[in-house]
Amino acid sequence: MPDTSQTASRGFTLFPRLSGAAVAGILIAIFLMAFLILPVAQVIYVAFLDARTGAFTLQNFQDFFSTTLFRESFVNSFYVSAMSVVVATLIALPLAYITTRFNFAGTAAIQALGIIPLIMPPFVGAVAMSLLFGRNGSINLLLNQYFGFRIPFMEGLNGVILVQSIHYFPFILINLSASLRNIDRSMEEAAQNLGSHGVRMFRRIVFPLAMPGYLAGAALVFIKVFDDLGTPLLLNVNNMLAPQAYLRITGVGINDPMGYVISFILVAFSVFSLWASFLFMRGKDYATVQKGGGGLSRRDLKPSEKWLAWGVIVLILAMVLSPHIGLLLLAFGTIWSFSPLPDGFTVQHFGTIFTQSSQYVWNTIVYAGSAALIDVVLGTAIAYIVIRTKVAGRKWLDYMATAALAVPGVVLGIGYLRMFHGIQLPFGLGQMSSFWGIIIVALAVRRLPYALRACMAALQQVSLSLEEAAESLGASRASTIRRIVVPLMTGGILAGFVTSFATAAVELSATIMLVGRSSDAPLAYGIYLYMQSPAGRGPGAALGILAVVIVALGTYLSQRIIERERARQTMTGQQH
Amino acid sequence: MNRMLTLSAAALMMTSAAAFADTVTVVTSFPRDLTDPFKAAFETAYPGTTLEVVSRNTNAAVSHLQETRGANTIDLMWASAPDAFEVLKEEGLLAKVDVQFEGIPDAIGGYPVHDPDGTYFGFAASGYGIMYNTRYVQANDLPVAQEWEDLKRAEYNGHVAMSSPSRSGTTHLTVETVLQGEGWDQGWATWKWISGNMNTVTERSFGVPDAVNSGATGFGIVIDFFGLASKASGFPVELVYPSVTAIVPANIGIIENAPNQEGARQFVEFLLSPEGQQVLLNPAIMRLPVNPEAYANAPEGFPNPFSEEFAPGAIEFDVDKSGVRYNLVNSLFDVLVTYRLDDLRAAVAAVQKAEAAHAETGNEEAAALIAEARALVEAMPITEEQSLDPSFTQVFTISRAEPDTEVVGRQAEVEQSWDSFAVENYRKAKELADQAAALN
Repeated sequence: MPDTSQTASRGFTLFPRLSGAAVAGILIAIFLMAFLILPVAQVIYVAFLDARTGAFTLQNFQDFFSTTLFRESFVNSFYVSAMSVVVATLIALPLAYITTRFNFAGTAAIQALGIIPLIMPPFVGAVAMSLLFGRNGSINLLLNQYFGFRIPFMEGLNGVILVQSIHYFPFILINLSASLRNIDRSMEEAAQNLGSHGVRMFRRIVFPLAMPGYLAGAALVFIKVFDDLGTPLLLNVNNMLAPQAYLRITGVGINDPMGYVISFILVAFSVFSLWASFLFMRGKDYATVQKGGGGLSRRDLKPSEKWLAWGVIVLILAMVLSPHIGLLLLAFGTIWSFSPLPDGFTVQHFGTIFTQSSQYVWNTIVYAGSAALIDVVLGTAIAYIVIRTKVAGRKWLDYMATAALAVPGVVLGIGYLRMFHGIQLPFGLGQMSSFWGIIIVALAVRRLPYALRACMAALQQVSLSLEEAAESLGASRASTIRRIVVPLMTGGILAGFVTSFATAAVELSATIMLVGRSSDAPLAYGIYLYMQSPAGRGPGAALGILAVVIVALGTYLSQRIIERERARQTMTGQQH
Repeated sequence: MNRMLTLSAAALMMTSAAAFADTVTVVTSFPRDLTDPFKAAFETAYPGTTLEVVSRNTNAAVSHLQETRGANTIDLMWASAPDAFEVLKEEGLLAKVDVQFEGIPDAIGGYPVHDPDGTYFGFAASGYGIMYNTRYVQANDLPVAQEWEDLKRAEYNGHVAMSSPSRSGTTHLTVETVLQGEGWDQGWATWKWISGNMNTVTERSFGVPDAVNSGATGFGIVIDFFGLASKASGFPVELVYPSVTAIVPANIGIIENAPNQEGARQFVEFLLSPEGQQVLLNPAIMRLPVNPEAYANAPEGFPNPFSEEFAPGAIEFDVDKSGVRYNLVNSLFDVLVTYRLDDLRAAVAAVQKAEAAHAETGNEEAAALIAEARALVEAMPITEEQSLDPSFTQVFTISRAEPDTEVVGRQAEVEQSWDSFAVENYRKAKELADQAAALN
């Protein structure tokens, strides 16, 4: 952010008629145009063409709505997304509440563990899930052996809802926790003085104040589930929109325009849901003036409450971490087939990957780290422009960036090849489309919505009067942003960084189109290579574990930084 | 970051310098288990030449080649699916290079080994088979299915998996082989009864061996090397070849405008040479050499498609017929089976239940209802003549359609009519079968 504002202020002197924010907005718009809108438009414009003659037509959209299968798919996608938000909320709410509201040992660990479900390495995750929860997975084999029945965890739309909620609830957890931490303690104390407490206070005071964070998370879950194709495909559920689009776009030698029509509809619907969540938030003010009160007052739990809290947390963590437990068993197991546990255990798979993986690990850290950094810089800038300025068309920055959620990775990958292939980069970097930097850009664009929602929620909780105070004391706008706004947003920005980083570290669908040579490949690509053969299952899972460990460590460290920062701020606050 | 930039710039310069020495770049969908031994063998045979392997799945590889044709950096495409090569050939992305080899017959099991126009070459053969998990079969007390027909039986309900022909070129050839072997209507009936027993139609062809290896499903319809390689890696699985099987070549082709065409030709010739063919017998690869002489050194029990006893019922595969209706068959399978698997399964299960209930009763009214239900499940929205009629097939390849062919509609329109046909028939079939089962 400091960088952007500095460029912006320089722009201010060059073009006196544009404000710094407007220049920053234009630069961001150019970035999004070049790396998102135009490449995607190059691919999905065929949705508007007559496949035979190439003339403009809306016939394809008419076909979409007159096809039973597509209408059913639309309804299914909507139902699954809405239900996933509900279930994800049920998982996230207790975790967020307990860890922010009470003095609770291991809060940092729980918050870090809570993000691990987002890091589901491709393919291996699917195998691990079906080995545990599938029709003949460990749980059902045991149930069937001892009780004579099975539970269809992984079947049909309900299976999709279960897996999606387990996978994406961290979006709600992270944003809600950041929001809860930002609530001023005096609000709570005022409520207590007026006689409110317990559930009623949570429902009337705490939760409404945390609304921006919750809504940011819930909107992400809704849109992400609506657009996600990995989970339905792994459960072989085809009657949803995203898999229909994917199946129709990626068939060899097929050029069915319907795939692109569906992509277009996915993008449009995502923007629409976002707009709806704006409407919901309009006219409500969630900012509180005082900061640095350390969030809600934390109280100690009575022993009985402590047991209950631990019980709830262990239960939830056991459920949401089970895919990763499966992954661990897969990575250390020998042969695992039609049995509750692997036949034997070995560390051989880690030996196999040890020789080749250091390059993958390094690439992943560089790619995902740079992408997440770009994301929080852009996310903070867009959030500031949208919420704090009156630049014309500012909402469109948000819509454009968020539309990236709905763009299938393959579409973005093909779009990049179409746009950037044949462009030679200077300094001997070769073709632009096979340059590794383009992978970073692709990851940044694909993960920008995550960081953006977190930054928006964080800024919504910062009161405008703090900035006005700074400015009336003579601070320039740039230094207000740098010294006041960004520090107050730290929690949200970090939440955005972590989500972007974690999810970028295991992304495959766009990168597989763009990786030019194996020395440029990230971990997810390595996993893909292993998972193409039966012998590669163990090493693939081992690489997956490596990815999870890296991201979990990163999350844990950033969690520690937030806590330390907060402690420091509280202390200085008390000294004054 | 700066240091990293310089470092990678240096690395890039080194790789581009290496390109002036002899680098052959191949894009492939094959796993490392297959490419590594070939890379080693080739680099030993041609010292000073490096084989650079870029791994992509077949779809990504084809799109990549299509999008980057203006400034191509790839020498070779190396993958299983013959349909991917057909697409590349049709778009003029494959070069016609004079490749020298000897001792390789023109056809295996009725399927031509090489492209007759000489743009791509088969280097290994694979048959299709039924892979099963021995623990699963034992736990569920199932007999081993030997033939496609066996998989239609009620006892296999919920125990079978396969991938969709539109997602896997090799599965497509199996579907087409049965259609040609049994005839259009009978062939589709076979596929529908088998599909009614499926618990899943996977989106990736590797999803099927994965499911069988895990024990998620008992039987999988797979290309043979998946079964053979899984067994070689220690999974409790076996593979049987039904007597009607498709023998499919895995291919390699030189890309038009290849940066190193000479090196590419050398690699193709190496693959087809007796030396290269030997590499295929490596236990992690397990693909069938196309040179009959390579079988002299094969391990005991290694299937030999050139022997008399291998797949005696192999049919003469009509490549033209298959090519004309390629996309139509894929689309038909997806609409009738993949996307309506739940409806189809419900109908098939109801018929199986009714048949079991009346196996002994001799109730004629029930028998009539069951026969009617069976006919509804088997009914097809189009005939074989239509499946070969260009005005119909080109609906599915519309942007490549001949300008003078009158096509009858848009793909979405045609699929919608098939879809309502299938949903309605499956629903009625289930209703009739339920009625029959309720009769005493």
